[in-house]
Amino acid sequence: MLAKRIIPCLDVRNGKVVKGVKFEGIKDVGDPVKYAEEYNKQGADELVFYDITASHEGRGVILDVVRETARKVFVPLTVGGGISTIEDFRETLRAGADKVSINSSAVKNPSLIKEASDIFGSQCVVVGIDAKRNAEGRFSVYINGGRIDMKLDLIEWVKKVEELGAGEICLNSIDTDGTKEGFDIEMLNAVCEAVKIPVIASGGCGKLEDFSEVFEKTKASAALAASMFHFKEVTVAEVKEHLKKKNIPVREG
Amino acid sequence: MIAIIDYGAGNIFSVKNALDYLGLESKLTSDKQEIRNADALILPGVGAFPSAMKMLNDSGLTEIIKTEAVNKPFLGICLGMQLMFEKGYEIEECAGLGLISGSVERIVEQDLSVPHMGWNMLEVLNDCELLNGLDAESYVYFVHSYKAVCDDKNISAFCEYGSRIPALAYDGKMAYGAQFHPEKSGDTGLRILRNFGGLIK
Repeated sequence: MLAKRIIPCLDVRNGKVVKGVKFEGIKDVGDPVKYAEEYNKQGADELVFYDITASHEGRGVILDVVRETARKVFVPLTVGGGISTIEDFRETLRAGADKVSINSSAVKNPSLIKEASDIFGSQCVVVGIDAKRNAEGRFSVYINGGRIDMKLDLIEWVKKVEELGAGEICLNSIDTDGTKEGFDIEMLNAVCEAVKIPVIASGGCGKLEDFSEVFEKTKASAALAASMFHFKEVTVAEVKEHLKKKNIPVREG
Repeated sequence: MIAIIDYGAGNIFSVKNALDYLGLESKLTSDKQEIRNADALILPGVGAFPSAMKMLNDSGLTEIIKTEAVNKPFLGICLGMQLMFEKGYEIEECAGLGLISGSVERIVEQDLSVPHMGWNMLEVLNDCELLNGLDAESYVYFVHSYKAVCDDKNISAFCEYGSRIPALAYDGKMAYGAQFHPEKSGDTGLRILRNFGGLIK
């Protein structure tokens, strides 16, 4: 039986792990390679590096981080942030990433999803989506780290993303991100109903029960979290122990 | 020295990284003499069956692999495992290396995502040396949309995904095929690669 995945996300700026609340108040907290090794020890099923520098110098730094991690940590690695061309994909995969996550660039240029999946395979194309409830009670897609409302309907977008060949969707709810009040169950269910590709839940977890809730109430394949792991509020191992008690299949680390 | 056959497909650096980490000497190569001289062979691969076979055929590697895979330890990984069978049906019918009887067909499971992506549990059918020292509940990482269809005697371990998916195939002699990615399967995967290295005489 397929295990539910627990994925720590490392937001990296200029080679340092950082974490903010609702995309603001960012502060540095440490060396990403060390974090990656620690999470691997705890039983993380995958790791995500999200580059929030998105400058040219920053890109070189994050690729070094990936290169070094790929020599020491043997679980799938995803890199996102600032990737907008096929050449960026190639460079990132060559550095040792197994998957590349695109977000704003996919919204601006959806054909990138198809091109990348045709060349490198669907398995390495993750489309990250930031979404938020709107006045009509539906969900809208935002870009640029949740700053710009694209007036694009979330459900239409996820269907298109799947059709274009994405291998996975990482859904981040702006409404719950940073709140520590739990994943956005309603938004996740709406997306999981609309597509067959795996959906990764992101944004909002603050305690162990949030992980069991997301797997009990939605079809999400994985749950992603950043700050609660960084600040050592819980470990990946504790999350898995909790899920196991709830009879949710997990890989033991 | 383990030759990791470089035929232009997929993420082969991660296989090399894992072997380096284990202290197993290896080289990425498409050189025929190096492949012949190697102590063991790994055929990695991510991509589509017909284009991979075309690359192997065009570069003349198909014949060498067929000859060498019966003389020394051989491990196909993911697409590399699928290529070991007689034929595949990805995009179009295409002849494979024929190291193991059987074919490679699309996974069709209602209500389940395809690709089969993530960590799934190995269930042993016919124990083999690559599984030495593994825990009873060992998970490995899969990403694939096609599966091998073959005789039980050629399945060392399988996983459940709607139906049974051959995870570790073998020809009963020297050739093994891992549908999962041992190089991305944490300690379990490293153990399997170390066991493979241990087959070198």
